[in-house]
Amino acid sequence: MSLEYPSDLKYLDSHEYVRLEGEIATLGISAFAVDQLGDIVFLELPEVGDTVTKGESFGTVESVKAVEDLNSAVTGTVVERNDPLVESPEQLAEDPYGEGWLLKVRVKDPDLGDVLSADEYQAQVEGE
Amino acid sequence: MAKSELEPETLLPLAQTPLYQLAVELKARLTSFGGWEMPVQFTSIGREHAAVRTAAGMFDISHMGKFVLRGQQLIDHLQPLVPSDLNRLQPGQAQYTVLLNPQAGIVDDIIFYYQGKDDTGEQRGVMIVNAATTAKDKSWLEAHLNLRQVNVLKGGTSGSKAKDGVKLQDHSAEKVLIAVQGPQAATYLQPLVQEDLSHLKLFCHLEATVLGQPGFVARTGYTGEDGFEVMVDPGVGVELWQLLLQAGVVPCGLGARDTLRLEASMALYGQDIDETTTPLEAGLGWLIHLDTKGDFIGRSVLEQQKATGVPRRLVGLSMQGRNIARHGYQVLSNGQVVGEITSGTLSPTLGYPVALAYVPAHLATPNQKLEVEIRGKAYPAVVVKRPFYRSKNRH
Repeated sequence: MSLEYPSDLKYLDSHEYVRLEGEIATLGISAFAVDQLGDIVFLELPEVGDTVTKGESFGTVESVKAVEDLNSAVTGTVVERNDPLVESPEQLAEDPYGEGWLLKVRVKDPDLGDVLSADEYQAQVEGE
Repeated sequence: MAKSELEPETLLPLAQTPLYQLAVELKARLTSFGGWEMPVQFTSIGREHAAVRTAAGMFDISHMGKFVLRGQQLIDHLQPLVPSDLNRLQPGQAQYTVLLNPQAGIVDDIIFYYQGKDDTGEQRGVMIVNAATTAKDKSWLEAHLNLRQVNVLKGGTSGSKAKDGVKLQDHSAEKVLIAVQGPQAATYLQPLVQEDLSHLKLFCHLEATVLGQPGFVARTGYTGEDGFEVMVDPGVGVELWQLLLQAGVVPCGLGARDTLRLEASMALYGQDIDETTTPLEAGLGWLIHLDTKGDFIGRSVLEQQKATGVPRRLVGLSMQGRNIARHGYQVLSNGQVVGEITSGTLSPTLGYPVALAYVPAHLATPNQKLEVEIRGKAYPAVVVKRPFYRSKNRH
């Protein structure tokens, strides 16, 4: 089974993705991260109105065996949070790039800077 | 997420069991455990866990240490090493017990399967120990038993002294051990074993004919569910695994083994119990038989703890929210650190997080409210009776 990495997204080497549409960034985790984590059992995300900071942790995802920080690719204010997913975190695995999004953030600076393209990210994870 | 934490540790060359290739063929995710490269999951920990609770799953546990012990007075020689009274064992019965150091700290937790006397009048038994502690346990037994290795005796020079000693054969590398667990375990295993398993009671065992070959079958396990542990030669083990797989038994990894044993509140050596914890502190008082046996290593400490009370106890905690308490997290009472989580997970069967933790004895009673510090914040937890989960199918 080969995992997919949509080309309209940018990625962090720590396996989070960002989809930037205007000044709204959608944050989530990649199919590779979902595959590596296994059964996801817990999500901790900031509240609407909270600030997230580029390069810093904005929350936690836990599988049965692992606890992982979620890192933000952008700085900005949380405008929407995927509450149904927080209630049923196991759903994340089914559609990480669609229904499995985590946060929508109004970004201060639309320049993402040092992020990976889908090809670059795929090359990295397939080397792992 | 951290890049490195998603990858298995590969610092040392790891040992592989005879069933390793079968796990690779099934595309199992592998992990290092006690010096072994073992499957952590085949498909999903949740699915494997559910299979054992509702149907049948199987685990390769060939990494565990397997000692065959023999001696004219084997039981008498073992008695000083364990707090359990092994004289209570009839042939065909087993005892879960612990090897203790002089401080009553747990050197290892083991199962001793007593097989009775063979035709030469020697008492025989099988001791199954943890993988990571196999070498340590062997040294411990060598140091504390009147031990004579079997190869020493091969020259036929077994004089009167040999009669009185204990012989230890280490079968750890030569045998496959498969745990078949779940309410339907007997249904799947019976067609492959000549003897009638319906007569085999919990914690009993027999030398059995498995796929026409000599083997050892015990009604024991580490899941809190009905089930069997089968020890056979590697070739038989490979065939047994494949036949069980074809029949529909779900292959399970160490991930599900951990969530299953934790729901059943069974201790994991090196995590919930170790050389600094006594069996009384760990809630294993039921295996200590002070009244019916003589001296054993660690006895005076246990007597003292029994008289004056233990300073701390391993308790079950139920988290009041969704946050999962995990190994190493601190336990708080009124804002003060009072203990530490030794194991914790989201219980797949119960649907809420459970944990084991050492807390001071005065806080170790059911319904006691405590808190667990998770990423800098305190979350409510309550002490509950162990086990968290009790099967209706065990008998």
